[in-house]
Amino acid sequence: MSVLVDRDTRVICQGITGEQGTFHTRQMVAYGTKMVGGVTPGKGGAEVDGIPVFDTVEGAVKGTGANASVIYVPAPFAADAIMEAVDAGIGLVICITEGIPVLDMVKVRRFMEGKPSRLVGPNCPGVITPGQCKIGIMPGHIHKPGAVGVVSRSGTLTYEAVDQLTRLGLGQSTCVGIGGDPVNGTNFIDVLKLFQEDPGTEAIVMIGEIGGGAEEEAALYIRKNVTKPVVGYIAGVTAPKGKRMGHAGAIISGGKGTADEKMEAMAVAGVRVTRSTAEIGKTVMEALQRA
Amino acid sequence: MNIHEYQAKQILAKYGVVVPKGKIAFTPAEAEEASNELFREGNSVCVVKAQIHAGGRGKAGGVKLAKSREEAGAFAKELLGKVLVTHQTGPAGKEVKKVLIEEGCQIAKELYLGLVVDRATHRVVVMVSTEGGVEIEEVAARSPEKILKEFIDPAVGLIPFQARKLVFGLGLDKGLVNKAVKFMTGLYNAFVSSDCSMAEINPLVITKSGDIIALDAKMSFDDNSLFRHKDIEGMRDLDEEDPKEVAASRYNLNYVSLDGDIGCMVNGAGLAMATMDMIKLSGGSPANFLDVGGGANKEQVTAAFKIIMSDPNVKAMLVNIFGGIMRCDIIAEGIIAAAKDVGIKAPLVVRLQGTNVEQGRKLLADSGLNILTAERMDEAAEKAVAASKKA
Repeated sequence: MSVLVDRDTRVICQGITGEQGTFHTRQMVAYGTKMVGGVTPGKGGAEVDGIPVFDTVEGAVKGTGANASVIYVPAPFAADAIMEAVDAGIGLVICITEGIPVLDMVKVRRFMEGKPSRLVGPNCPGVITPGQCKIGIMPGHIHKPGAVGVVSRSGTLTYEAVDQLTRLGLGQSTCVGIGGDPVNGTNFIDVLKLFQEDPGTEAIVMIGEIGGGAEEEAALYIRKNVTKPVVGYIAGVTAPKGKRMGHAGAIISGGKGTADEKMEAMAVAGVRVTRSTAEIGKTVMEALQRA
Repeated sequence: MNIHEYQAKQILAKYGVVVPKGKIAFTPAEAEEASNELFREGNSVCVVKAQIHAGGRGKAGGVKLAKSREEAGAFAKELLGKVLVTHQTGPAGKEVKKVLIEEGCQIAKELYLGLVVDRATHRVVVMVSTEGGVEIEEVAARSPEKILKEFIDPAVGLIPFQARKLVFGLGLDKGLVNKAVKFMTGLYNAFVSSDCSMAEINPLVITKSGDIIALDAKMSFDDNSLFRHKDIEGMRDLDEEDPKEVAASRYNLNYVSLDGDIGCMVNGAGLAMATMDMIKLSGGSPANFLDVGGGANKEQVTAAFKIIMSDPNVKAMLVNIFGGIMRCDIIAEGIIAAAKDVGIKAPLVVRLQGTNVEQGRKLLADSGLNILTAERMDEAAEKAVAASKKA
């Protein structure tokens, strides 16, 4: 079992004829993802490795029956691309693009109100259900099918955690990168809820970082609603106040959103918090043995 | 990106936000001339304000009241070239290179007005408080009920009733309502039109003659939006930024200077922070945050190397790369080329993991360079800390 995506997910790529879009479409196809189409305005009728290209997302949905989209469109045009996918009724929109202006995302969130689509990202590695479907830029080969759900605000740090799990023989049900931007789509709580309800997920790894209050809110949610073991890690203990640490959302402002506060909130909620990046996998192993 | 007070006031004035009349001066002579204009117009005092990218200038002696052009010139002479140390500059302080000469005003009341993007609601929030002139974080911590908020629907913008709710909430005189609504609307429009991440008027002043005026103004902008604001990008003042951060930004590297002694080069922001944390956990202290990004090329790796190795504080360097789409052998080639080019001036620990890791490690081993390697992150951090303590 898994959440969000599986072997039947039918995916289109927005920005498929761009360098990133073409490269990652090939990687996704190689992993076994059902890539059914692509969208590049003005290039409708073309093909990428036999995958049909459409001018609009609406056209791609009609032509392929797609229910998910992955977006590699450059940042200045990415908000437009997300809203086009939402308008076309795509159920799962995954935006990889990094560097979208925050106020564009404010408009996107407003546009999505009342519409059924779910957005993952932006500025995220994507979503993978190992052995079934990879949508995004993560290296497929470090993953392994199994029962640990992973949700994270970061990219390579997630790979680090997944790699540790796989080396310990702990496979993953689904790994969801929710992205490092201050205004994004799916949040920790959304994914925790999915993992709690998924019979194929036995333990959850939650990887947060400094900035905002999403981890604190997630901790409250876990306390009330999550019965499966959760292992938590927060990056940025050494980050100084007021300095942005790469991600647009990773900044301690007004003294709020520090790593210590987040770890404390998670520990109070019963999350097994590790301060060592190198021990995420080991901590999951211990949590599963005790459960 | 941050700008100076005088620049923020120039932007705000275009949106109908009332700001004091003033002029920027780079020399005492310019300051005298600017103040002379203000005195000729009937002002009895003018203010000489040091322009640096940090708050707390008043307390640090960076704001002076002058009663004559000679006095204004003397204050400008005193401030220009002086290093101001405020609670936001750090102990090293910042050198004053320009002063703003402004008309004085008769203050009846000082308020706070600020706008930021609220993550939880995904909306711009307008905040006001009667506690003007002080740190708003202190107010938020001590008496949060004294901060009034309105969340703005981006589809319609700030609606006058929302501004009125804030005005009445502040207990302002009824006669000020229209002026206050116009002021807030102007500020909101400036915020969204120029892609601000923060705009703060602190204090917002009600004058004895019943005017509402932005006595101070602070604006910062979303770096990701600068592509569509060339005018604002042009206001960037490199003198106010760390030279290493400026050099890094030329190569699209995310670099932040810190005060430790172990230089770090990592791919990905989250992993970069985690690497810094592992160094701390191993008893060391990171000299920087550096994210080379997911698609780093040889030029970027070389540039990152140079920046870290040229930092006199660096006693050891730790490279931590998790190869995803980026292959470890390519990273290893970049490291070797950079190390040969720049030289290894401090002990170098390299930890590679992920795609093509075996080839990458072999390249490092065969390079003949003095590189310490590690497989696990904790092992890498421990080796770097040990090396830094030996140095």
